[in-house]
Amino acid sequence: MFDYNFHWRPVMKSLPDLIEAGFLTLQVAALAMLFGIVIGLGLALIRLHLRGPLYWFATAWVELARNTPALFQLFFFGFGLGAFGLHLMPYSIVLAGLSFNCAGYLAENFRGGFQAIPDTQIRAARSLGMSAVQAYVRIVIPQVLRVVYHPMTNQMVWAVLMSSLGMLVGFRELSGETQFFASRTFRIFEYFAVTAVIYYVIVKVILGASRLLATRLFRY
Amino acid sequence: MSDTVSFFSGFAPRDLLFLGEAALRTMWISALSITMGSLLGAVFGWMLYEGKWVATLTLAPVLDVFRSVPLIIQLVLFYNFAPIVGLNLDPFASGVVILTIYTAALVANVARGGIEAVEPPMRRAARSLGMSYWQDMRHVVLPIGLRAVFPAWVGVALGVMKDSALVSVLGYVELLKASQILITRTQEPFLILTIAGAFYFALSYPISRYAAKLEQRWAQ
Amino acid sequence: MIEIRDLHKYFGALHVLKGIDLDVEKGEVLSVIGASGSGKSTLLYTINGLEPVQQGRVVVDGVDVHAKGTDLNKLRQRLGMVFQQWNSFPHLTALENVALAPKIVKGKSKAEAREIAAAQLKHVGLGDKLNVYPSALSGGQQQRLAIARALAMEPEYMLFDEATSALDPELVGEVLETMRMLAEEGMTMICVTHEMGFARDVSDRVAFFHQGVMEEIGPPSQIFGDPQSEHTQKFLANAR
Repeated sequence: MFDYNFHWRPVMKSLPDLIEAGFLTLQVAALAMLFGIVIGLGLALIRLHLRGPLYWFATAWVELARNTPALFQLFFFGFGLGAFGLHLMPYSIVLAGLSFNCAGYLAENFRGGFQAIPDTQIRAARSLGMSAVQAYVRIVIPQVLRVVYHPMTNQMVWAVLMSSLGMLVGFRELSGETQFFASRTFRIFEYFAVTAVIYYVIVKVILGASRLLATRLFRY
Repeated sequence: MSDTVSFFSGFAPRDLLFLGEAALRTMWISALSITMGSLLGAVFGWMLYEGKWVATLTLAPVLDVFRSVPLIIQLVLFYNFAPIVGLNLDPFASGVVILTIYTAALVANVARGGIEAVEPPMRRAARSLGMSYWQDMRHVVLPIGLRAVFPAWVGVALGVMKDSALVSVLGYVELLKASQILITRTQEPFLILTIAGAFYFALSYPISRYAAKLEQRWAQ
Repeated sequence: MIEIRDLHKYFGALHVLKGIDLDVEKGEVLSVIGASGSGKSTLLYTINGLEPVQQGRVVVDGVDVHAKGTDLNKLRQRLGMVFQQWNSFPHLTALENVALAPKIVKGKSKAEAREIAAAQLKHVGLGDKLNVYPSALSGGQQQRLAIARALAMEPEYMLFDEATSALDPELVGEVLETMRMLAEEGMTMICVTHEMGFARDVSDRVAFFHQGVMEEIGPPSQIFGDPQSEHTQKFLANAR
């Protein structure tokens, strides 16, 4: 227990690199969220309003994303697609896998959000002469946004945590970069301890920013 | 016949056995961690509920760390930390320890929510009938609270089952690691990933559907 | 003027309106009474085109509501509607609730829309609640907000769908008072209601609906004093 000497100096030396990798983590997670929101919204609307092949496509997406490990999804975009001669770069693998996953989870959140807004709200809007689009944009979507805001924040945190899987497909985001340095210096514990702290800070910053934004967005 | 030993060889029936054993390991490490983690998490949840500010200041932040740092980082950290304090844990044991604590951190919130879901008047009624604190807990809070959060708990359990794939990073050959090994040998990524994905899906999908149905029924 | 001719409405196999003929003149206040499920609320929804019909016609100021090519969004500006569940928009303040439609439907400037909204809120007695969110308003206040929201479109007609049915008893009065005020100002109103006192005191005519049929229509004195149909008699006996 006492014969292990902690060496923090090499970690401190590569701290700037780690922090830079932290920004890469944040970037890929934010992009995945962006894709996830757009696709998830589409999937939710399809599942609410359409039947037939599109419905089954959307349902398959949502259920696969939610019922298989995120790492499996990453592997699929990593070497699964190789079977079709499609070889993605590590960055694309992580972005595609994360977007796929986020879209699936967010679709269910959005679906719940839309269902939480009573039809009578649309009726009231239409009775005032608003078009269907106006009623959706002005009345329904703002209310859905509030319902899904908290789950969306959680999903963003998840996206950051999940992006650490990039380490297993050769992507040098925060975890991948950490592993790279750790394996070179053999100070595995020290490196990963510092990285854990960086993740913790990122997550807290996201949650704090989200809370701040919420007080500005939702006054009712 | 060529005598060259082929490093790559096609997918053989006995490989299914290999995958099957790995799937059993996935189920075994998941079941063990979910069971122990849920029990521990229930205790933590109760402490968070009853402990007031003491627990808020001590236990809550610790559990929060386990929810704010990627599981894969936790696994690597612990696996490399154990020898430092003189513990020689194999990948399986390390995985169980971390998965258990990780589960407990998630279940703690669920469990606290369950206790909070029992309305105070109901508990006052129980106490007014002369029930002791523990009788109230056992006969009123447990059945009602369990019902309130059972679907959420199923979500956590399935999440841990899927996340158990990450123990592969320590070298534990669960289903995804086994798939990866086979893919390297057979160069049949699509087939093998489909089998692995189908296994996770077949385990997760029916259970999550069942939980959703229960939630719907209980909500009425 | 609203003219309804041989109007039939089905929900699937359910025949909910069985050939309604009815004229409502400008300036008239018509109360529609009857048991739940008698089709009286559905009638309102067919007048502003929120529900399609299978047969017959509704003509509002010469415009056939259910004809192909009718601009319903434009038509609905003439027909204000107040619902049983007041349906205030929870994400908007009282002022924004009222100002939204004048702004985006009628294309008024923001300032103008807010001016109209403030005036209408004052009109229904909510002049001191302009910047309050609906969640901070009582049911009665929210229903008055809904009335102001409809009035802000400067409608020719107001349709009330059981405007007080979902309210706590002590909040019914303020909403009925507001409706009475509108009637006295000369607004044309069709009020589906369970408030017999209101129907008797405020309306020019009262129509009784029974199982999708308009059984009887006449001045309140006749409907309440000398009902002709057996169903009307039975309904009124129970309503008291």
